[in-house]
Amino acid sequence: MNSVKENQSFLDFAYQLYKTMKTNEISLVYEGEVTQEITKTFTSLTEKSLTKSAESNQVQRKVFNVMVECLQNISKHADTLSEDDEERRGIVMVSKGEESYNIITGNIIKNDKVAELQSTLETVNGLDKEGLSELYKKQIKEGRISDKGGAGLGLIDIAKKTGSKLTYQFKTLNEDRSFFILTSTIKRN
Amino acid sequence: MEVINIKGTEDTPNVVLDKANGTFEISGRSLPEDVNHFYEPILNWIDQYASDANAETIFNFKLEYFNTASSKVILDILLKFEEIFESGKSVKIKWHYHEEEEDMLEAGEEYADIVEIPFEYILLPD
Repeated sequence: MNSVKENQSFLDFAYQLYKTMKTNEISLVYEGEVTQEITKTFTSLTEKSLTKSAESNQVQRKVFNVMVECLQNISKHADTLSEDDEERRGIVMVSKGEESYNIITGNIIKNDKVAELQSTLETVNGLDKEGLSELYKKQIKEGRISDKGGAGLGLIDIAKKTGSKLTYQFKTLNEDRSFFILTSTIKRN
Repeated sequence: MEVINIKGTEDTPNVVLDKANGTFEISGRSLPEDVNHFYEPILNWIDQYASDANAETIFNFKLEYFNTASSKVILDILLKFEEIFESGKSVKIKWHYHEEEEDMLEAGEEYADIVEIPFEYILLPD
């Protein structure tokens, strides 16, 4: 009896999810490991659906660029809930609004890294197009990129290409870890 | 000198480096997971080329997209050619972009700000 009820509520949930996705034109939702293979799959899926949607080439390219940077940030930098877990996981969501595309990503981050990331985000959000370009040049020149390819450069690049401020939030999970959510917005016109 | 001819994939570019024929070209997409692994043989080749470079080198960049991890390596490539240029040889970068690819044009202009090599921007037909 119980399991029938559970099944029913799961079906209701699936239908609600479907309706929410349709209403908000969410074309992609994912929670799981983020690897280079996943990055390639998601970007190529999104690229195909954008080509069909008659969106301008410029918007298509920007969405592609931003997705790559967001996904590679997760696959290179995401932390895990426990030390012995090696999978770099995250959430990925792509939605289309009247005026813009939103790419939302989220991943676990250790609390001791939050302050630095937050300060990078604030710096990036405080700069105009020219300032971002100067910062970008300075950072690639100084080679301030780790073997992983610094996340800072990715964030500058996203801000440069979207021309929009980065929206973000840190949700504290426990005394060691938080969940970092980033929204990148690409204007359609 | 040996010829480098790498066929592109969905996340790595086509690369042709051919001293005898004077062909130097990188095209397509560059978003590999391990940037250093992909570019190491290319950087080594350029180091070797620098020791006996042609009187004139024209390097064609026809990239459609590159990630930020690749952007640093592209600068490393350009810096190696800057040294060749500074040694008195002729070096020119031909930076190709499509009409709607403002971002790619800007990327070229940013590199031109950093390195002292003449850049020429070439608009590709869409």
